[in-house]
Amino acid sequence: MFRKLSPALAVLLVSSAAVFAQGGTKPTDPQIAHIAYTAGQLDIEAAQQALKISQNKDIRAFAEQMVKDHTAVNKQALDLCAKLKVKPEDNDTSKALSKQAADKRAELGKLGGSAFDKAYIANEVEYHKTVNGALEKTLIPSTTNAELKSLLQTGLKIFQGHLQHAEHLATLVK
Amino acid sequence: MNVRKYSTQYVGRTELRSALRVFIFAMACHGASAATPAAKVVEITIDKVTFSEVKVTLNVGDTIEWVNKDVVDHTATAKNKDWDVVIPAGKKARLVLKKAGTFDYFCRYHPNMVGKLVIAPAK
Repeated sequence: MFRKLSPALAVLLVSSAAVFAQGGTKPTDPQIAHIAYTAGQLDIEAAQQALKISQNKDIRAFAEQMVKDHTAVNKQALDLCAKLKVKPEDNDTSKALSKQAADKRAELGKLGGSAFDKAYIANEVEYHKTVNGALEKTLIPSTTNAELKSLLQTGLKIFQGHLQHAEHLATLVK
Repeated sequence: MNVRKYSTQYVGRTELRSALRVFIFAMACHGASAATPAAKVVEITIDKVTFSEVKVTLNVGDTIEWVNKDVVDHTATAKNKDWDVVIPAGKKARLVLKKAGTFDYFCRYHPNMVGKLVIAPAK
């Protein structure tokens, strides 16, 4: 079902932040679980890169929080999937997200000092906007299992907090 | 011997007087605390990235206990920077209220989480 969307998605992915399917066929719960888990994992990897490169105290504290929060939420998601016997299913959106994040990491890896800090936090703002938008408009409304839906709704609130935090930090990093 | 005996009796009376004073003071204090309800501990639950509402009147001297039921750490940070309490995931943390007034607070990690403490003077 989800595969039918892939050509259109691929185009969207390359050209804009609209990584996620909109309208048309809905993703299934196993696919949604995979996308949400992947999105968290990618933000952890971005944070780990920041912890290797950045010397800025606020950026490092933010990155540490991203590792902690996304690890905790992902663990909760995996535990729930195990309980519900839902096997997260890889899909084109997860693959595209991973590819986009790998490209971003390569780009940021060439930077250092405040140039890195600014680029990292700007990307965190954009990334959280994209993922939160997808959760709100596509993934949560498409989720059929009530427990998974509730977990994603709480996750969304946490990630909306990350977005505000990142936006605030972006104004401080010069 | 006589002098020593007199001296001992004298000291004894002084001690008795001091003890009586302490006793009267203690009774007075006890009376005061019996008339005023003891400072209370008020629980604020953090669940699903939300601070629960305080439904009782808070007074200076009371203690707030935040109970974090989420899987992520939170803070309760006064907007005016008077206090900053970290409440780790699944744990509790306390704050003794020292100043009357209205305090808006938020979580530094997730600034979309906000709360308010309205604190009346000590009873």
